[in-house]
Amino acid sequence: MKKTAKFALVKTIPIFLGYIFLGIAFGLLLQKSGLGVLWAFLISALVYAGSMQFALVGILTGGLSYITTAVMTLFINSRHAFYGLTFIERFKEMKKAYPYMVFSLTDETYSLLCSMARPADFTDREWKQATFFVSLFDQCYWVLGSVLGALMGELIKFDTTGIDFAMTALFVVICVDQWKAARTHIPAMTGFICGALFLMLIRTSNFILPALAATVAILLFLRRTVEQKMEDNNP
Amino acid sequence: MIHTLTHTLTDPAYVLSTILVCALCTQITRWLPFLLFGGKKEVPRLVRYLGTILPAAIMAVLVVYCLKGITPLAYPYGLPELISVAAVVVLHLWKGNTLASIALGTVCYMVLVQMVF
Repeated sequence: MKKTAKFALVKTIPIFLGYIFLGIAFGLLLQKSGLGVLWAFLISALVYAGSMQFALVGILTGGLSYITTAVMTLFINSRHAFYGLTFIERFKEMKKAYPYMVFSLTDETYSLLCSMARPADFTDREWKQATFFVSLFDQCYWVLGSVLGALMGELIKFDTTGIDFAMTALFVVICVDQWKAARTHIPAMTGFICGALFLMLIRTSNFILPALAATVAILLFLRRTVEQKMEDNNP
Repeated sequence: MIHTLTHTLTDPAYVLSTILVCALCTQITRWLPFLLFGGKKEVPRLVRYLGTILPAAIMAVLVVYCLKGITPLAYPYGLPELISVAAVVVLHLWKGNTLASIALGTVCYMVLVQMVF
């Protein structure tokens, strides 16, 4: 137990730094919107999805409908559906921990689990336990960061105007990373143009659903072209 | 705007239900592959195509969503947002450090909206 926990602690140091920082940004943002520590804890414990939680603050302050919330969540987190494909066998073998492993499969935990190799001195049982600890510790960091952020918002009375830009910055950073890794920029350009077009037409937060629908429709229509481009630019 | 804000956030039932909807839908996306391809079924090509191209497209829509409040035709013409987004992009292309890009971009924006514009 001590050995596996220590292994997980060391492995999760980079995620500790990232989650504490982003968690604090989320907690501050939430507190500034009028929802305190308890809500921060609840959201990070139940939803536990980084970028989605930032979008959720916007949904709550904008008073968007349940349907819009549901569709936005399904779209924004749709990438998670593709993460699971990697771990179907491995998680199922973990028996009691299996539901939690699926529940807590965030972007960061996914990439860390992908990169981890089993040390030679670990038994099968120890390795499963270490994998579980990695997922568990990651969520603990995230919850801790969120609660700290909300507490800071309540205790320190500084001018937080503009702190909501943390969400924009996070999405821009993800965009830049994806842009660099992409073999074709058609998907990103389609999303950007559809988003801008529907925002100009509709002018409220409600633009996001038709924008997402149009993006998917266009990308399905352009499938051959996009696949050809990806083929051509395959290094 | 102020009206809807006070209306929705002071209604714990609305807040709680929205959180639960969000949590449930997040779980649907995480469980989907285990439920659909739990056996030894082959992942269809269309699903793999969507998996490759959707994340970038959705993130682009989300960036537009974040910038929905700007007023390109009236003061401050979306300048604080555009300057800060440009700062994040340049910094991230240059250093590639996610946390630094977010932190400095946010500080840049906070300084611009609090002191400059």
